[in-house]
Amino acid sequence: MATAVGTVGQTTEHSKIWEWMTTVDHKKIASLYGVTGFTFFLVGGIEALLVRTQLARPEGTVLDADLYNQLFSTHALTMIFLAIMPLGASFFNYFIPLQIGARDVAFPRLNALGYWMYLSGGLMLTLSFFFGGAPDGGWFGYAPLSTTAFAPGRNMDFYTVSLLILGSSSLIASLNFVVTIINMRAPGMTMMRLPVYMWMTLVVAFLLVLSLPVVTVGLIQLYFDRNFGTNFFTPATGGDPILWQHIFWIFGHPEVYVLILPSMGIVSEVLPVMSRKPLFGYAAIVFAGAAIGVLGFGVWSHHMFTTGLGTVPQVVFSASTMAIGIPTGIKIFNWLGTMYGGNIRFTTATYYAVGFIALFTIGGISGVMHASPAVDTQHQDSYFVVAHIHYVLFGGAIMGIFSGIYYWFPKMTGRFLDETLGKVSFWVMFIGMNMTFFPMHFLGISGMPRRIYTYESGLGWDTWNLVATIGAYIMAFGVLLFVINFFKSMRQPQTAPDNPWGGSTLEWATSSPPPEHNFDVIPEVRDRDPLWYNRDHGIELPPKPEHMHIHMPPPSYYPLIIGAGVTLVGLGLLAHLGVAVAGALVVVYGVWGWALEPTD
Amino acid sequence: MGRSGPGRIIALVVSLGITLAVSGILYYWFREAAFLGNDYQSTFEPASENAEKVHSVYVLVFWLAGAVFVGVMALTLAFALMFREQEGAEAVQTHGNSRLEILWTFIPVVIVVAMAVPTFDAIVQIEGDPPADALEVTVVGHQWWFEFRYGDEGIVTATDLHVPVDRAVHLSLLSGNFQTDGSFIDNDVIHSFWVPRLMGKKDIMPGHENHLWFTPTETGTFLGQCAEFCGLSHAKMRFRVIVQTQEEYDAWVAQQQTNPADPTDEQLLAGQQAFSSAGCIGCHTINGVSQGLVGPNLTYVGQRSTLAGGWLDNTPAEMEAWIRKPSSVKPGSHMPDGLVDNLSQDQVDALVAYLQSLR
Repeated sequence: MATAVGTVGQTTEHSKIWEWMTTVDHKKIASLYGVTGFTFFLVGGIEALLVRTQLARPEGTVLDADLYNQLFSTHALTMIFLAIMPLGASFFNYFIPLQIGARDVAFPRLNALGYWMYLSGGLMLTLSFFFGGAPDGGWFGYAPLSTTAFAPGRNMDFYTVSLLILGSSSLIASLNFVVTIINMRAPGMTMMRLPVYMWMTLVVAFLLVLSLPVVTVGLIQLYFDRNFGTNFFTPATGGDPILWQHIFWIFGHPEVYVLILPSMGIVSEVLPVMSRKPLFGYAAIVFAGAAIGVLGFGVWSHHMFTTGLGTVPQVVFSASTMAIGIPTGIKIFNWLGTMYGGNIRFTTATYYAVGFIALFTIGGISGVMHASPAVDTQHQDSYFVVAHIHYVLFGGAIMGIFSGIYYWFPKMTGRFLDETLGKVSFWVMFIGMNMTFFPMHFLGISGMPRRIYTYESGLGWDTWNLVATIGAYIMAFGVLLFVINFFKSMRQPQTAPDNPWGGSTLEWATSSPPPEHNFDVIPEVRDRDPLWYNRDHGIELPPKPEHMHIHMPPPSYYPLIIGAGVTLVGLGLLAHLGVAVAGALVVVYGVWGWALEPTD
Repeated sequence: MGRSGPGRIIALVVSLGITLAVSGILYYWFREAAFLGNDYQSTFEPASENAEKVHSVYVLVFWLAGAVFVGVMALTLAFALMFREQEGAEAVQTHGNSRLEILWTFIPVVIVVAMAVPTFDAIVQIEGDPPADALEVTVVGHQWWFEFRYGDEGIVTATDLHVPVDRAVHLSLLSGNFQTDGSFIDNDVIHSFWVPRLMGKKDIMPGHENHLWFTPTETGTFLGQCAEFCGLSHAKMRFRVIVQTQEEYDAWVAQQQTNPADPTDEQLLAGQQAFSSAGCIGCHTINGVSQGLVGPNLTYVGQRSTLAGGWLDNTPAEMEAWIRKPSSVKPGSHMPDGLVDNLSQDQVDALVAYLQSLR
């Protein structure tokens, strides 16, 4: 291994656990995000299986109404905030510095703080089941159902507090990513030579920076309504529940693109490499992604077409929503254009990427269908919408994430996942996924509303509900096969070469796994596909210098201290404000130490 | 690059064949789910003028969606087959094709415009004012039942909305409770009025008065259900719209406007007393008997098609089960358990018989 002079030496004296707790290395933080995010993905999956088991037959008795409401609410919250976003953050963390040719992110300690706050918010949300009950008002937490008059327990306080912590975590991570991508690119890497995945990351980071403050305000208002007697959302005392809906969806709709754009970026990396040809229409894909991000802020009221908006807002938000179909269509055509004329290696990563195109398209089509408010009056809050979001989030986001896992696993671990087992698990997941979610279109068309814990026989819903539940178990089996694959692979020796797929971007120009300082020499970028350019022009990477003086940031326990302080503040907001004050003091202490910490 | 000429054509034909076969199966299942007949909640069998208007947009959008589905699926599959890795094959090193990219940008534009024009036309109609002669009904959403108040006719009922055929119905949607002085307090949560066959849904927002109108074009019973998550028994907040001929409807109105006859039968008299002694009168109105405003008006409860927000059949046995322990039927029910625990079995039987006699 490279012995970089000036890098951290003291970790050897401490235990392995302490090393992970104080790490500021973007790759280690990425691993923490990845493992934690996948664990929460399994938790969210178990919640979904319980929901599906209850709905398998009419008048199911597996769950009661209360537990059902907690489970469907936490399933959504877990999958969105604790699984898909952090799995995205895991790849962002790992590959931003590697793809732009940097040694770390701009603010390594902030990066660690983001993780510890995520862990804190995630545990708070999940463990609420054992402390009086999990959030039970849906992930959207509509007032007045979420106010104390109708939700007197702690459930919805867990919702506001844990989302505030998770939101802050995402906010600081996003600021970090924006600064890193804009300022720390390798020489020669202009913005239009940035890998598409980096572009999508940048768009996502901007979406979060602009939308999270909005929901933060809303969550604080809701917390105040619930605990300090304010009346933002209670109509009987002059508040307005529609205000909450606007606030929530101004955040909530960009959030959908936060979930899907990273996977669009992954597919835009995997398809060209596996097709052995450059991405078709790079500029169009980049601009389409940015356009989706910008338009995403102008469509929120399409979640509210049935709330009595009136004619003009319906027309305006309908038009803006339909307009998003255009850049999305452009992306799909460009991915197909990338496949066209290629010599495509069908690795497991390719399976997931092509699966993404097919399944995401279904979710996109149904999305454009209810962009028409007339149609939406029949779709809104029916199972048709449940089908739609799961084609976008499972068929889109999760398929893309799995593609990324199989694609980058050799780089991250130096090991390959088993390709045969990978393809089997793809097909099991693909079949299970379609069996679960396609019938939900039928259920919606035959008038089944969402979020009902039971239904009567004889409405034409029995068969498809049973099929959907069986599909959910098949899908879960597919995920289990992946878990087996992971553990099997982790016991193999590290044999992966630097660039096993013939990739074109900079992460493939260093060892697998990369050294702590990423690159012995920061590579120079001459083209959008730098490694292919070098290959075609016979340019060798510069040899490893004999003496390296690379300064890497030392480990720090201050992120952990601030994270603990924030946790105390959160617990205090749920239990006793005295604890919150103590937590705030811990945060102040942490910030003080952080600011004065020597950097070498 | 990829397969040769004939190979490509075969791949394209095979892909299109597979896609069309899959689409055909899906379409068959879709029809099975959409065309159910009466007594279902299909969104695809409109029975009112406005629902018909919405439906015509729906059908157009459905076929456009179907065309995009077939096109993208067939191409994805075809390219996967055509350009699968082959010994000695070379990938074409293209970066894009501006002309092609501009051309295919227009495909989604055309589709979206084709959707937008009829959509906007439909919005203007269904969001527009109802005809002047429309029947005016105020719908009040409660956790977890629907109240219907006919202002001009002076009728208050629940769960069954009676309307005449071929006349516009204009609904004003409120969430909360009317008070004895006639004022209204917005003290309930958001619900949504949805009778898929008669009209798309409209939310019942506390603090706002929403409106919905439609003109039923056929008689019959149409199932509805609350569509906005509203708490523990959201699943059990159902109702029915009973569309009647003008004569049937007029007869129903005339009956509702008279008070029920005082019972003469001994058991029914005992039941009426139990209605008072068990405290039912505190929350429920029976015209001429009590004036409670919290729960549903029970003036002609024996006549209703269902009980407990449309979850139970209106039979003596189910009615007894309901009044003995409401929470076992509807979790979180605001009608408390144990109201009739102090009554003897005979008294409970009498109470049920009395309520059933109100028809």
